[in-house]
Amino acid sequence: MSAKDVLSESIEEYLEVLYKLSKEDPLVKTSKISESLNIAPGSVTQMLKKLDSMGYVHYSPYKGAVLTENGLIKAQKVTRKHRLLERFLYDVLKIKKDKVHAQACEMEHVLSDDAERALCHLLEQPDECPDDLEPIPACNFKFTTCEECKERSNEEIDEVGDRNEKLVSIADLNEHEMGKVSFIRGDYKVIRRLMDMGITIGANISVLKIAPFKGPVEVSVRGSTLALGRDIANNVFVEQTV
Amino acid sequence: MDNQKTYYFHDPESSRKSRSNDLKKEHQKEAEFTVALAGNANVGKSVIFNQLTGSEQIVGNWPGKTVEMAEGKLNFQGHDMHIIDLPGIYSFSTFSMEEIVSREYIAYEKPDVVINVLDASVLERNLFFTLQLMEMEVPLVLCVNQMDIAKQKGIIIDTKKLEKALGVPVVPTVAVRGEGLQELVKTALKVAEHKKDCKKAVKYDAIEYGGELENRIRDLAEMIDSEKLDLDYANWWMAIKILENDPEIKKLVASKSHKIIQYADQLAYEIEKIHHEPTFAVMASERYALANKIAAGAQIQTEIKISFSERLDKVLTHPFFGYITSAMVIGGLLLWTFVIGGYISDQMTSFFNFFQPVPTSETDPLYAILWNGAFGGLVAGLTLIVPFVVPFYILLSYIENSGLLTRVAFMMDTFMHKIGLHGKALIPLILGYGCSVPAIDSTRILETRRERLLAAFAITFAPCAARTIIILSLVAIFVSIWWALALYALDILIIFIMGKLALKAMPGESTSLIMEMHSLRVPSFSVILKQTWNRTKSLIYLVFPLFIVGSAIIQLFYVLGVLNIISDFLTPLTVSWLGLPAFAGVLLLLGIVRKEFILLTLVSFVGTDLALALNSTQFIVLAIVGMLYIPCLSTIGILIREFGWKAAGTITAANLITAFIVGGLFAHILPYIL
Ligand SMILES: Nc1nc2c(ncn2[C@@H]2O[C@H](COP(=O)(O)OP(=O)(O)OP(=O)(O)O)[C@@H](O)[C@H]2O)c(=O)[nH]1
Ligand SMILES: [Mg+2]
Repeated sequence: MSAKDVLSESIEEYLEVLYKLSKEDPLVKTSKISESLNIAPGSVTQMLKKLDSMGYVHYSPYKGAVLTENGLIKAQKVTRKHRLLERFLYDVLKIKKDKVHAQACEMEHVLSDDAERALCHLLEQPDECPDDLEPIPACNFKFTTCEECKERSNEEIDEVGDRNEKLVSIADLNEHEMGKVSFIRGDYKVIRRLMDMGITIGANISVLKIAPFKGPVEVSVRGSTLALGRDIANNVFVEQTV
Repeated sequence: MDNQKTYYFHDPESSRKSRSNDLKKEHQKEAEFTVALAGNANVGKSVIFNQLTGSEQIVGNWPGKTVEMAEGKLNFQGHDMHIIDLPGIYSFSTFSMEEIVSREYIAYEKPDVVINVLDASVLERNLFFTLQLMEMEVPLVLCVNQMDIAKQKGIIIDTKKLEKALGVPVVPTVAVRGEGLQELVKTALKVAEHKKDCKKAVKYDAIEYGGELENRIRDLAEMIDSEKLDLDYANWWMAIKILENDPEIKKLVASKSHKIIQYADQLAYEIEKIHHEPTFAVMASERYALANKIAAGAQIQTEIKISFSERLDKVLTHPFFGYITSAMVIGGLLLWTFVIGGYISDQMTSFFNFFQPVPTSETDPLYAILWNGAFGGLVAGLTLIVPFVVPFYILLSYIENSGLLTRVAFMMDTFMHKIGLHGKALIPLILGYGCSVPAIDSTRILETRRERLLAAFAITFAPCAARTIIILSLVAIFVSIWWALALYALDILIIFIMGKLALKAMPGESTSLIMEMHSLRVPSFSVILKQTWNRTKSLIYLVFPLFIVGSAIIQLFYVLGVLNIISDFLTPLTVSWLGLPAFAGVLLLLGIVRKEFILLTLVSFVGTDLALALNSTQFIVLAIVGMLYIPCLSTIGILIREFGWKAAGTITAANLITAFIVGGLFAHILPYIL
């Protein structure tokens, strides 16, 4: 393995951890990262500075780091690959739950985008990883629904292109935040039901309330109020608006 | 669709017409016009239906009450009209029973006019469905209902503008107050008469989707037309459905012509290339774009009002207070029933305290049968059942119509997932506090058979009104109210444990919650009174005669000595295991018909002072066994109807086993505690 590969792998590991930690608080403390990765705080600071220079985070000394939009997109991608692989190892290869994480960590860096898409089809658009039930981030192709993705061959995929905007699932929005629906994950049935109730691509949606204990999310769309179970809310992705 | 379904026993709400097709054809022949009420869930269709026909369909403020269509009659200005109340739906896809019922009714039975009921406060979403009705080319009248709620939210709707934009007559109404209904029927009549005269399908010009879509729909519709498929649906609508990849319609058309499907697939592919979205998604977006445009043109949001109901909503779904209010809804219902019911019951008992059963051995047997039996049954019914049931029904109806149920469902979603269901399943469960029969009926708001079965199973353990009466009159009065509440807690625990076990036995993917949350409102007084009266009425008309006759027959058997045979046969269970007096065997046997019989029979044996016959432990054990041991006959009936013999049998067996295990355990442990 060349030195360059080692570096890019460790960048990806950092981004993954930043992504996970920033769910609780966007400003991630150096100490937390050092704890999670089991690396001395000094080295973490070094790396954060490097990530800052690459445009993936904004680093402020003594405070911590915030993912930039570019950083977030890259972090989501690695996290997605990691969690998809966990599902694959667990569902298909029947590897034990407590072993999938370490194995996926090794594999995630070499998984190509084509393989990622094929894996997603094979596993039928999984939405959460097997070990800690964390949601799997959306893919980066410019699709609006999984139905569309399933129809397209690998040759056509270049035509579709990449999404440039940052996607958040409505379950990750805070109360009173809003967004424009741009991607819905799931099978035909779920997507149709959501669209019939007004959650179509391009619709403006705002979060009214999030029930505790991973409970449902209450949203307002087209003047009506809907309650969506957390697993469905995890699958409705928006471009956040203000 | 549902012609194998038959009538089942007694309950007012369950007398929802389950009809055979011939029966309906006959009805229609009699009537001059058929009018169907269609629209989104919870817009007020059933309130309108009840007002027009004098029927007793359930109404409440949560989506999905009407699950099967209901029919009624109206004579208006000398015209006989046949009115149909359809289940509320959001679209004409074929994912739920309700959608299929509505769609097939409209397509096959071709009502003379469809009244599309809309919720004025959610105009855009409601118009999405209106556009689909227009695609079906049915004669249409729009009823923009709940104008009062819209006004509270600061929304003013110009119905004239709406009428012009759609090319369909529009009538504003406030159904709960009967406002606008005269006008509505008059307009519907006009449309129906017009349709009878010209006999053509109605083309609506208002629906116009994007050019690339519109042209392809037209091409396909023309092809369908030229193929002469002779199907009941409008060509235009079928074209849309095939493009949307609707499995049912596609199958139907494929069986007649493959050419159409091939052409449609090609057109759909082209649409998808243009939009980078599946055609059904493109269609949904187009319809919503149009609905948005029309709604925006016809309504003004005067001011954003934060109404009282919204403020209340904040408390009800608050991360902390939400759980407190949820618990209060469930617990408060019982406490209220006990406090109010207990008071009325006391008053009535002292009024009837001249009633004491006579010893059968010393008097004329006929006198014993009439006095102890028939009159005893009446007294027990009046003093023990009515006082508890009436306040209970009032509050239940209040809760149903306020919109609280959807808030509780929202808060308890995570919890319900533990027994393999989502939050909406809590609604039937709470309704089960009233009566298991309509509660099991309303499990149809759940998506799969497996989930409905899980919910129905849980409902058979829920403390219905009859069980409440047993718990209150045995335990609350003769032991203590705290023990009565403890039994409720025990019951909820049992529901949870049994739910978990059932989930183990029937593992599977569980559906997620998608539920509309309608705004909270102060329920209409007249709706509550009517609903309470309907429920009480059925109790008086159907159950009281049963009590009186039943008690007389029990006395007859008593006099004849038949009861001893039953009692003796069951002693190993009743006396040895449960520690109850021998006559408990008879109580439990009769309680299968209706749970109240446990109490009635007891009263006809020993009079109203039950403490003469039982001690505290026995009261509690009898209440536990009575509460759990078997669903009553009507419930078994509906279980068979909905899920078949096997499932009904399994559920009944599970009930019996649980009751005797729990009852026996208490019988052996309680003496050490009390
Ligand atoms: N304030 C107000 N409340 C109304 C009006 N019309 C109906 N309601 C209430 O709205 C709720 C729903 O009414 P239903 O008639 O049960 O609605 P539905 O359309 O039959 O609903 P589903 O059978 O569930 O599809 C009830 O609580 C009614 O009392 C109205 O004009 N004004
Ligand atoms: Mg209804």
